[in-house]
Amino acid sequence: MGFEGIGASVRRKEDVRFLSGKGNYTDDIDRPGQLYAYIKRADRPHAKIGGIDTAAASAAPGVVRVFTGADMAAENIGGIPCGWQLHNQDGSPMAEPPHPALAVGKVRHVGDPVAVVIAATKQQAKDAAELLAIDYTDLPAVANLKDAVAAGAAEVHDGVAGNICYDWAIGDKAVVDGVFAGAKHVVKLDLVNNRLIPNAMEPRVAIGDYDTSSGDFTLYTTSQNPHVIRLLMGAFVLHIPENKLRVVAPDVGGGFGSKIYHYAEEAIVTWAAGKVRRPVKWTAERSESFMSDAHGRDHVSTAEMALDAEGHFLGLRIVTLANMGAYLSTFAPAVPTYLYATLLAGVYKTPVIYCNVKAVFTNTVPVDAYRGAGRPEATYLLERLIDVIAHDTGLDKIELRRKNFIPADAFPYQTPVALEYDSGDYQTTLKVGLKNAGWDGFEARRTEARSRGKLRGIGISTYVEACGIAPSAVVGSLGARAGLYEVAEIRVHPTGSVTVFTGTHSHGQGHETTLAQLVVSQLGVPFDQVEVVHGDTAKIPFGMGTYGSRSLAVGGSAMVKAMDKVIAKGKKIAAHLMEAAVEDIEFKDNVFTVAGTDKSKTLTDISLAAYVPHNYPIEELEPGLDETAFYDPKNFTFPGGCHIAEVEIDPETGVVEMVNFTAVDDVGRVINPMIVEGQVQGGVAQGIGQALMENCNYDQSGQLLSGSFMDYTMPRANDIPNMSVATENTMCTHNPLGSKGCGEVGAIGSPPAVINAVVDALKDYGVRHLDMPATGAKLWSIIQAATPRMAAE
Amino acid sequence: MYDFAYQKPGSLADAVKVLSGDPDAKALAGGQTFIPVLKQRLNKPSTVVDLSKLGLSGITVSGDKIVIGAMTRHAEIASNADIKAKIPGLAHQASLIGDEAVRHRGTMGGSLANNDPAACYPSALLALGGTVKTDRRTIAADDFFQGMFTTALEQGEIITSVELPVPQKSAYEKFRNPASRYAIVGVFVAKFASGVRLAITGAGQGGVFRHTAMEKALSANFSPDAIGGIVTSSDDLNSDIHASSEYRAHLIGVISKRAVAKAA
Ligand SMILES: Cc1cc2nc3c(=O)[nH]c(=O)nc-3n(C[C@H](O)[C@H](O)[C@H](O)COP(=O)(O)OP(=O)(O)OC[C@H]3O[C@@H](n4cnc5c(N)ncnc54)[C@H](O)[C@@H]3O)c2cc1C
Repeated sequence: MGFEGIGASVRRKEDVRFLSGKGNYTDDIDRPGQLYAYIKRADRPHAKIGGIDTAAASAAPGVVRVFTGADMAAENIGGIPCGWQLHNQDGSPMAEPPHPALAVGKVRHVGDPVAVVIAATKQQAKDAAELLAIDYTDLPAVANLKDAVAAGAAEVHDGVAGNICYDWAIGDKAVVDGVFAGAKHVVKLDLVNNRLIPNAMEPRVAIGDYDTSSGDFTLYTTSQNPHVIRLLMGAFVLHIPENKLRVVAPDVGGGFGSKIYHYAEEAIVTWAAGKVRRPVKWTAERSESFMSDAHGRDHVSTAEMALDAEGHFLGLRIVTLANMGAYLSTFAPAVPTYLYATLLAGVYKTPVIYCNVKAVFTNTVPVDAYRGAGRPEATYLLERLIDVIAHDTGLDKIELRRKNFIPADAFPYQTPVALEYDSGDYQTTLKVGLKNAGWDGFEARRTEARSRGKLRGIGISTYVEACGIAPSAVVGSLGARAGLYEVAEIRVHPTGSVTVFTGTHSHGQGHETTLAQLVVSQLGVPFDQVEVVHGDTAKIPFGMGTYGSRSLAVGGSAMVKAMDKVIAKGKKIAAHLMEAAVEDIEFKDNVFTVAGTDKSKTLTDISLAAYVPHNYPIEELEPGLDETAFYDPKNFTFPGGCHIAEVEIDPETGVVEMVNFTAVDDVGRVINPMIVEGQVQGGVAQGIGQALMENCNYDQSGQLLSGSFMDYTMPRANDIPNMSVATENTMCTHNPLGSKGCGEVGAIGSPPAVINAVVDALKDYGVRHLDMPATGAKLWSIIQAATPRMAAE
Repeated sequence: MYDFAYQKPGSLADAVKVLSGDPDAKALAGGQTFIPVLKQRLNKPSTVVDLSKLGLSGITVSGDKIVIGAMTRHAEIASNADIKAKIPGLAHQASLIGDEAVRHRGTMGGSLANNDPAACYPSALLALGGTVKTDRRTIAADDFFQGMFTTALEQGEIITSVELPVPQKSAYEKFRNPASRYAIVGVFVAKFASGVRLAITGAGQGGVFRHTAMEKALSANFSPDAIGGIVTSSDDLNSDIHASSEYRAHLIGVISKRAVAKAA
């Protein structure tokens, strides 16, 4: 078997079942007597609903029931709640308009659920839905940020003036303005962070099940956090007490954030199952996913940096408009504020920062956290701005970064925007990144490419991110309506094998492997005798799920604590069995020994004694060897690093080819290097997608133009170059593992590196900045526009 | 999809009978266009007539022509030794259609009957000056395509095969739509003793078209330089979120030169 503990690239346990088609996804589940739900969605962005005639649909073959928003409202079913409450600059709470599960009175985006048809087959439900007569009166819609904040814009929600959800700020504007007034240089950049559609491979599915004998509800759902769904849906929407509601999220085929949130469909099928007293299943079609899964990003910003003559950053001033879509999704308000504005120091010593964020409602699908969530937006803004500073001032872009880095000896480092970074070494990740990418030899490659008629460019991004979400008290003070600790139960079975019950959720990350490796290292139990259980509120203790690269840093730390308890109890049992003092018992590699003697007991001896307590200190100690620990992190974790992209542009067509990508990340302690490499590669692929291809496109009227894979450009394997992925790690100082997190770094660090490379490739064309995605069509227009000017020069 | 009846006739005559007798009956070939359309409920056929048992598949060389059965799959065309040797542009074109799964289901007859303005084969048929054989007649390529998603086929008429003259030289160059990977501009060029034919797919509002200015220049001098100065008007070209008509007009020049360079 070889070494299978912390640091080993153990093959992923779960892949055997995934790759052999034996995964158990939500859509693989069918309940006896199951009915099917089809959700009728708005085909228009904004309209008043005069009425819905359900008679014909209700009478259609196979139809059991048809429900509309009025039916849910009549039973006092709550709206879909938002998990964060932010406050405006003036202290008043953000606008939090109602978000009914099925539309009441109005529809506000294409895809907004209007009615549900429940029938014996999917086909019959869909047939009947065509018979619904919905009396719409179209209203003017706002489909993008600029239109939504324009004077006289149509209002998405009555009474939400100017479509502003909140107007929030961080930093002291007067101080920052003062710094700008006295600065030698001020460099300004307007930029857009393009809207993305997550497109997890598995579409969302929800099955509501109602047990007529016990009155218990079960929801099977494609979720990253079943306990969060149980809490939100049970307590706020359906008023089902938690003891009567079980939420199961089995194998989940990718989430990237989009499966964190509590969605209307989950509430609809669970509620409907109770009404029809039979299981109700809904499976999203791919086109439904495009118009109902929460989208990501979508910022419009103006960024300004004040500098001294040598290029030291003196102050940063930012104004951002962030699109919320038509309703507030679970995490949405936190993304452009606490996950974005607090990261604007980046890896730099910028002493003062001011950022104003206006969150804006539009007639589009709700926007929420998507792989990276706020940190990619912050990183893109900073790393583009720095390249533009280099462009405008003539300073070297590497020197500029180096000179402004927070030095390795400055940790813990308090930024001016609330965060305290615990560790990092940005000079080292930069140095290794430049070396691995062959930065110094680049000009020769540029020249060689030119001989082939190609424009070659290189771009860099040096970044930090905040993950391992999050200290409960801190996020509570920032408006979170939940705690963000994690929990683990370590159950040592009588014969010494172990089951781990984790509150985190694996939807592709490989927890069944990584978390098992922690047990191998700490308890010395062989890898194949460790099972990881997640995703079922009936099995696992109350945990918060997986997002924000938190599973290892927070969930793994809970496991370490629980295993510490197992060892502590084991020592007491061992002391009893070996007639020694507890203080003299040592535990290592699965064996308890009496220090200085050859007396020893294996963990199996101890667990057997614990469950068969014939010879046992029963007066002082409970039987069993099963410990639970909750871990509330002391701080965020701060992975960081250096990403370098190299591109070639075909000047005749504008098409960009990614030719090299180098990532050097500091993710803290690495448990499984192969999994870390895979996570970075996947994140970088998504970052390249955002930078070069992906774009959610609404037309002016609010119709979704990129509503299928025919028009939404997903990166494909052959769009992604071979990558050099390495780590240069400093340890997280405040959790027992030293791990920081690796799930999002790829998507955070890479987009600005790619765009910086594209801009570098076009440097002879007078390009200072361009917005993502850098498609062939866009670059061709830029090249076209510049060519006559170049010819004239 | 909506409910429909399904038939798999064993003879061409039976298939024609069902299709001609019922205006709502539709032929099914590889299903790579038709099934997505059905799934989106954009079509409501009464009966789906599966053409797979009519013996319409196969590739034969007859004299200076290659005859390809309507039900021949893209993958067979891409890998067929005769086609690779005699019309390499066509084999290459077939290899660029969709992905492996699409190429193993999709058929030449289905693609031509569908006449998607972004599809590849229409450019080959038109540039090669081939003929379409149906259950009832022969239609010249120049008469077959009649605007996007429109062909000379009558209600219930079934393509049985396609006859393609073997050119001296041929090539296909495709500038892909980054999302769908259909053609934004696809150029098929074929050089015959009698002259050069060059057809453009993906770009025209009316679907595939011949670029006569380029054909003339290339017939005089079969080299990329011969068409370097030819500017294509963007007037009748498509414009969408992926490419403006101006971009397409420009790409027609670039991609045509590349096609000629490849063929020459
Ligand atoms: C993911 C994907 C990518 C694709 N990419 C490309 C691409 O890059 N380039 C490209 O050219 N195409 C592409 N296609 C389309 C593909 O080539 C289809 O196979 C083709 O368009 C239709 O052929 P079919 O055999 O599948 O026909 P079907 O889908 O079965 O039928 C299409 C239509 O033609 C009619 N029809 C079929 N056969 C006959 C016949 N013999 N006589 C009369 N009418 C008939 C049918 O009634 C139907 O209306 C792609 C398809 C997919 C799904």
